[in-house]
Amino acid sequence: MATATTERLTERLSDLWETPHTLRGVLGTVDHKTIGKRYLVTAFLLLIAGGIEALVMRVQLQVPNNHVLSPEGFNQAFTMHGTTMILWYALPILSGFSNYLFPLVLGARDMAFPRLNAFSYWTFLFSAIFLYTGYAVGLGPDAGWFAYAPLTELRYSPGANMDYYALGVIFLTISSTAGAVNFIATMFKMRAPGMSLGRLPLFVYGTVTASFSIIFALPALSVACAFLYLDRHFGTRFFDPGAGGQALLWQHLFWIFGHPWVYIIVLPALSFMSMVIPTFARRPIVGYAWNALAVVITGILGFGVWVHHMFATGIPPLALTFFGAASMAIVLPSAVSIFVWLATLWYGRPVLTTAMLFALGFIILFVIGGVSGVVTAAVPFDWSVTDTYFVVAHIHYVLIGINVFPVIAAFYYWFPKMTGRLLNEALGKWNFWVMFIGFNLGFFPMHISGLLGMPRRIYTYPAGLGWTAPNLITSIGAYLFAVGVLLFLVNVFWSLRRGAIAGNNPWDAASLEWATTSPPPAYNFAVIPTVGSREPLWEERLGLGRLSRIDEGPPLDSDRVTLQTSTLDGFPAAVQRMPEDTVMPFLTGLAILATFYGLVTTAWWLAIAGGVLTLAAIHAWLWPVRTIREV
Amino acid sequence: MEAVHTLDGVPIARIPLDGRGHRATGWWGMMFFIITEGTLFAYLLFSYFYVGAQSPTWPPGGPPELTLAIVNTVILVVSSIPMRLGTLAIRRASRGALVAWAIVAALLGVAFLIIEATEWSRKPFRMSTGSYGSLYFTVTGFHFAHVVVGLLLILEIVWRALADRVSAARPLAVETVGAYWHLVGLVWLFVFFTIYVSPYLW
Amino acid sequence: MGGASVALAGCATAPSVLRPESAPQHTLATLGWWLIIVGSAVIVIVLAIELVTLRHRGRTVADTPLVASPGSTRGIVVGLAITAVVTLAFFIYSAVVLGATERPRGRPGAKIEIIGHQWWWEARYLGGTPDQAVATANELHIPIGVPVALQVTSADVIHSFWIPQLQGKIDVIPGIRNTFWIRADTAGTFHGQCAEFCGLQHAHMMLTVTAEDARSFQRWLAAQSAPAAAAPPSDTAAAAGGRAFMSSACALCHTVRGTGAHGILGPDLTHVASRHMLGAGAVRNTPGALNAWITDAPSLKPGADMPRIDLTPATMHAIVAYLQTLR
Repeated sequence: MATATTERLTERLSDLWETPHTLRGVLGTVDHKTIGKRYLVTAFLLLIAGGIEALVMRVQLQVPNNHVLSPEGFNQAFTMHGTTMILWYALPILSGFSNYLFPLVLGARDMAFPRLNAFSYWTFLFSAIFLYTGYAVGLGPDAGWFAYAPLTELRYSPGANMDYYALGVIFLTISSTAGAVNFIATMFKMRAPGMSLGRLPLFVYGTVTASFSIIFALPALSVACAFLYLDRHFGTRFFDPGAGGQALLWQHLFWIFGHPWVYIIVLPALSFMSMVIPTFARRPIVGYAWNALAVVITGILGFGVWVHHMFATGIPPLALTFFGAASMAIVLPSAVSIFVWLATLWYGRPVLTTAMLFALGFIILFVIGGVSGVVTAAVPFDWSVTDTYFVVAHIHYVLIGINVFPVIAAFYYWFPKMTGRLLNEALGKWNFWVMFIGFNLGFFPMHISGLLGMPRRIYTYPAGLGWTAPNLITSIGAYLFAVGVLLFLVNVFWSLRRGAIAGNNPWDAASLEWATTSPPPAYNFAVIPTVGSREPLWEERLGLGRLSRIDEGPPLDSDRVTLQTSTLDGFPAAVQRMPEDTVMPFLTGLAILATFYGLVTTAWWLAIAGGVLTLAAIHAWLWPVRTIREV
Repeated sequence: MEAVHTLDGVPIARIPLDGRGHRATGWWGMMFFIITEGTLFAYLLFSYFYVGAQSPTWPPGGPPELTLAIVNTVILVVSSIPMRLGTLAIRRASRGALVAWAIVAALLGVAFLIIEATEWSRKPFRMSTGSYGSLYFTVTGFHFAHVVVGLLLILEIVWRALADRVSAARPLAVETVGAYWHLVGLVWLFVFFTIYVSPYLW
Repeated sequence: MGGASVALAGCATAPSVLRPESAPQHTLATLGWWLIIVGSAVIVIVLAIELVTLRHRGRTVADTPLVASPGSTRGIVVGLAITAVVTLAFFIYSAVVLGATERPRGRPGAKIEIIGHQWWWEARYLGGTPDQAVATANELHIPIGVPVALQVTSADVIHSFWIPQLQGKIDVIPGIRNTFWIRADTAGTFHGQCAEFCGLQHAHMMLTVTAEDARSFQRWLAAQSAPAAAAPPSDTAAAAGGRAFMSSACALCHTVRGTGAHGILGPDLTHVASRHMLGAGAVRNTPGALNAWITDAPSLKPGADMPRIDLTPATMHAIVAYLQTLR
């Protein structure tokens, strides 16, 4: 291609795809990269909020009989911490990466539904604002992120605290569901030609499996929260044992959602590692199919284990044995993933970048979290450790080990693609070691506190039960871990301005996102690439020959379009027109926010007005243009 | 950019625009939306059976009266036929027929809502009476709300047809609304079986 | 893990689940130790493999050429097979332990109904005649060497009954009557605590189980089943306190068997002076603390239903003196 033509092409594509720098552009952009970055920033801010809540709790618990927090203050802090981290941080941060990267690794120009994507973000943001409104006015949820009825019923929780929880959660499920539908449709329809399912980057498997799980799991949570809200404000008796209701109905619905959710917030992160590890092991992954299958099977088995959160509720032994078996079985696909990464390291030449250090640390934390998971899956011993700090240790090894560590690894890995600059590697090493040591110092002793009989969720504890020393160590570890996170933030702010220039492919990685510039242009790829192998940027050096075409292909520059391909094989199927920017998803989200404020304050006029505005905004959003422009 | 670009030997200009039916991304979006909505009802019905199984007598006042529910079931299932005919009409570019059939489907939907509301008013219990009342009104209420949403969507289709925004070349909106309407009918069959038929079976 | 075992064994005062004082908890703890030992081995092995894979590492991405060899998936298969065998073994072991501990062997030495309240434990000993009904709070006594059958339910929200050194947990759920059993094989007093978050004072919902030989237990039971101590001579402060107790709000919420106090909202106080703690572990049961508790329970245990009681110091002193007689 002659340079002049290239310039004309990029100019035309920029005209078609770029969002103007106006307020309307800011609120109306549907660019998946902007949306992805917004997701990352917002979710990280929520991680910091949840982290501060955790630190305050660790101050309260570092010595016995402490009075830094009132009981109510502690209960709100631990509820907000759990709710924020598990629901408002853990998935959205992964959605941020997936949003940013899906079209790039798939070789498309945007997600399947760009406007829905913007809507997912706005509803995520507004639901977070809604939840934190409650906390800010002193009505933060205070009955745990698991919110067991009947403690959450009006009789035992008379304030609006749990309304903020129930409604906020329903609000968030709108966002997560919309996001999941988008990822699934994007994976099936928006891949570069030639990218059959067997050539998909492993990255995609995690997010898509999680998205399927969301489709099937989240409605259980919505139903549970709707029941709770109805019980609290419309006199229904779902969880009232005095009127034929069932306290355990909540637990079944909640954990039918809750356990798949654990996999929803770790599987995409595992899949990030399946990109990072081969890149720095300098070889293709060993056992691609094993890994892909393991992820999918974990997602499916995740639906069969919810009762292991209820082993002490008095369920008959046969059912206990069944769910114990299912919980043990889920170890196997996780083990496969571990062995795939170990084999890849074994046959590779690992390069210890910061991202790789976080990935290696993650493997160890995953194994520790998996082992303690087996401990809790052994039903009789679970009767000893359930609802103790042992489980607190377990979930943090799982959620920090398999979510936060991969997320930080992913930042070190993809930050250069997003910003054009590398994060500082020297500071990165410090970042890793402080976080890794702080984490283990903080959370390993929790196993011991739990075995020593310390229950979860107590705002204080007496001296003389042997819990003083492990709690002090845990608090020190937590502070150190916080310093580690702070080092990361320092690195981000420093590197945004002074980081080394990254270039297209600073890690010499194999997948398509590294074929375009850093940061990528609004249209991602000037020409639609064609994929002929799993490692398009490595194939020649791996001796596979030139199977993919990266720099040549159809420019699709006559309109705002991308290529749609067939579901399984990735044959070109259609030229897909992509929607323009619009503020309607933003306005729809705002109208829903008004509705929820109306519901939480029982200002029914506001709820109804918000509902009508929501419908109007959706109508305006979906109203089709008059003409069909042909390509 | 004079060169003819090809993909797998097909010139790019010959590749169709967007895609129809199950090739369209919009169709995929609606399918997964429908699946998650169907799952929502599965959990509602799970709750009904779970609470019922734990209760000594279920339903507490004996099995419900069937007449109105059977009439309603027939109305809602039949309403899928004009909806389908409307979809076929727009594929034939017959906008007038689409509008006519959509209105027929919507009128049947309105009839369903009126009968449903009548049945509610005749129940001797309220949603606060006990867990059965809560489940009865919530499950049928959720379904009621879905019918209302379906009616709004049909209204949108009629609006678009009158404003010349649907055509044989872009029938997707009609197809997806049709799919949603069929879902509402299908879900009702499960609700009907659970609430009205199952008490007579065991 | 070495540090862990030292910590677990060395902490003599902790209610450690790995320091069992009963046959069932011994079985559970043995399973626990095996899980911990094998699990630690797994962690160490994976860490070792990971370190070994770094033996020929590259310095930077740029100067480390790509490895084109396909690699072998044999390690994955072998690893999966070993994991499957170990997991299956633990599943079978757990199922056996489940069968062995789920039901008690032998006739129960006592039957107790446990009712969880926000935030205290009501215990009713079953089996006696109605006039021998024993009702106490937060401090159970059981005979050693025999199983004790429990029926647990809740008066309000979900709690969880747990004596770490004696047995696993059972959730205490409103509307459900769960059956459970505990057992102690050594004499002593064992710490227990509500394990399911139950609201504001979840942290102060403790209980103790005192295990004693059969004779001491029967003696305790007999003493507890007796009605309240006979009214003391009328000129004492205790007698005045008794009258004040009956005529004030106290009797509306508390029962003192053998008197006119039949309240059911708060703990049965028939033998309150025989208990060691007040407010489910909130404060020690001393005359001074009792006085402070009655005067202003909400400041000692915020959120508790026990209200502030506004009485003259003399009356308060008398009520405390009266309660001291309820041995």
